[in-house]
Amino acid sequence: MRLDLTGVSAHIDARPIVDGVDLTAGPGEFVALVGPNGSGKSTLLRTVYRSLRPSGGVVRLDGQDLWRMRPRQAARHRAVLPQHSQVTEGLSVAEVVATGRHSRKRPLERDNDTDRAVVLTALRRVGMEGTADRLMTALSGGERQRVLLARALAQEAPLLVLDEPTNHLDVGSQLLLLDLIRSLGLTLLAALHDLDQAAAYADRVVVLRDGRVAGHGPPLEVLTPSFIEEVFGVRAHVGPHPITGRPHIAVASPAVDVRGAPDVRTVG
Amino acid sequence: MTDTLTRVQVRPAPPRRPHPVSGPATGLLLAALVAGLVAALVVGISFGSVNLPLGQVWGVVRAHLTGRGAQADPLLSQVVWDIRIPRALLAALAGAGLSVAGVALQALVRNPLADPYVLGVSSAASLGAVLVPALGGTALAGLTGALGVTGAAFAAAMLSALLVYVLAQRSGRLLDSWLVLTGVAIGYLCTAATTFVQLQLNPTELQGMMFWLMGSVAGASWNDLGVPALLVVSCLAWLWLQARSLNALLAGEEAAIAIGVPVATLRIGLLVAGSLLTATVVSVVGGIGFIGLMVPHMVRFVVGADHRRVLPVSLLAGALFLVLVDLAARIADRPDELPVGIFTTGLGVPFFLWLLRRRARGGSDAA
Repeated sequence: MRLDLTGVSAHIDARPIVDGVDLTAGPGEFVALVGPNGSGKSTLLRTVYRSLRPSGGVVRLDGQDLWRMRPRQAARHRAVLPQHSQVTEGLSVAEVVATGRHSRKRPLERDNDTDRAVVLTALRRVGMEGTADRLMTALSGGERQRVLLARALAQEAPLLVLDEPTNHLDVGSQLLLLDLIRSLGLTLLAALHDLDQAAAYADRVVVLRDGRVAGHGPPLEVLTPSFIEEVFGVRAHVGPHPITGRPHIAVASPAVDVRGAPDVRTVG
Repeated sequence: MTDTLTRVQVRPAPPRRPHPVSGPATGLLLAALVAGLVAALVVGISFGSVNLPLGQVWGVVRAHLTGRGAQADPLLSQVVWDIRIPRALLAALAGAGLSVAGVALQALVRNPLADPYVLGVSSAASLGAVLVPALGGTALAGLTGALGVTGAAFAAAMLSALLVYVLAQRSGRLLDSWLVLTGVAIGYLCTAATTFVQLQLNPTELQGMMFWLMGSVAGASWNDLGVPALLVVSCLAWLWLQARSLNALLAGEEAAIAIGVPVATLRIGLLVAGSLLTATVVSVVGGIGFIGLMVPHMVRFVVGADHRRVLPVSLLAGALFLVLVDLAARIADRPDELPVGIFTTGLGVPFFLWLLRRRARGGSDAA
């Protein structure tokens, strides 16, 4: 599945938030959307969720205009892990994941063996198969996020859009989730806060600033210390990760004294 | 001994069902509710200011249904067929309609504390009803006369729902909090206007209105049943078709859109279905509060929040509940009758407060 955004603009209450953004994610590619708060990441993603109609430009999935599709058809092509999801009271984990089958079912069609198998497979892929009969309200934040990911997987859509999926998760759950989504083989578009995670997991990054693309390309070509300082207003250092040895982005407040810092240099 | 105890303690807990009733047990629950409803209707028809033996009641019913059999004495026939049966059926229909309206409106505003009265629909219906005698001698007498009390109540209820809908949207989207606040505000306005109109009525007119304002299924006739029955059935059928979408909507608007639910259309449909049901019921039986809040909640405690179970179970439980309440209202203070609204509100307010505290504690598993 290939995602193309061409000249996408979006307004909220007649205020322009996103202005002429071009963005592409090829089949199986992980594209990270980064940028300071208020740069328009969530708003841009909403034009792909179909919860905010773009005021200009086109969103295409394999060349088809996403906004001209019927709701169910769109849901068969792209799944979403939203930033804000209400905890559904009174539904079990399996029932929540089964709502992801909506676009595959006729209104009165009962769940069949295929649906149950898809739900169980989705739960197994996120490591939550043991919780199928528990209530959502009985789970921790990290577990709920994995169940919601399972719900998105139950849509069997080749494109997955995620809005800051690691928010509110502890570090272990964050890395687990990122490892998991990268292993799915789907086309991924994810807004991420943590530049180091974006660099470690994404194939390409798109940097938004004030609703426009400030830079795009392979993470370490785009996220240079000078560029990070320009966009985010923090000091940055790219060096080998002390554990993995792979390139690692460290950031510091400009107000902090530099004590014996290594030379700021660019890797990649 | 110790060994046995230890073994008992380490045995893994049996798999817990997420809801007290799920899967095939739901069918049993539905069957039990149907049986309970039939039993309650039979009791409701036999008991009253005069208690009638079941045999006689059955004789009248058979005579009417088959056109054969011994025609019992006309007074008995009249009491059973023209008074008690329509009354029991109207109680069942009103209870079912208000419960299903509650399910629809709770899904619409995604607030489980919402009920059919939160959108001001009920207060508007009351205003419409009191306007009929008040406008009797004015230029509008022709209009109100043509509508009748029921028609005027229905028209006012739908007008208020339309007004709430127009006021609670921004750029074509309904906003949850605006819906509730606008509904409450319109409701207060209608209540104030109703009070003003009541002051203009003479005591005889007022007496009739009071009973209606507090809710009652007394005086039901077969003619009152057709429209509510048609609306309850068609709204339930439409909601049943949307059950999967309603489940998806529980997770929030954005999540539902992502799953492929046409959320904007669905929410307009929910508002229409909820207002139609409430307006129809209120225009026939007056203001019977809290059923739409209590019944769906009790149902969710038992079967969980999946609308494929909540909708049919709420329909039957609501019908059963109001038939029983009407029975209680008739026998609590014989030979006088109390308005059923007093009972439903008396039960509903403590339930509401308990629900509120329970949610505030955050320890809910199935609210």
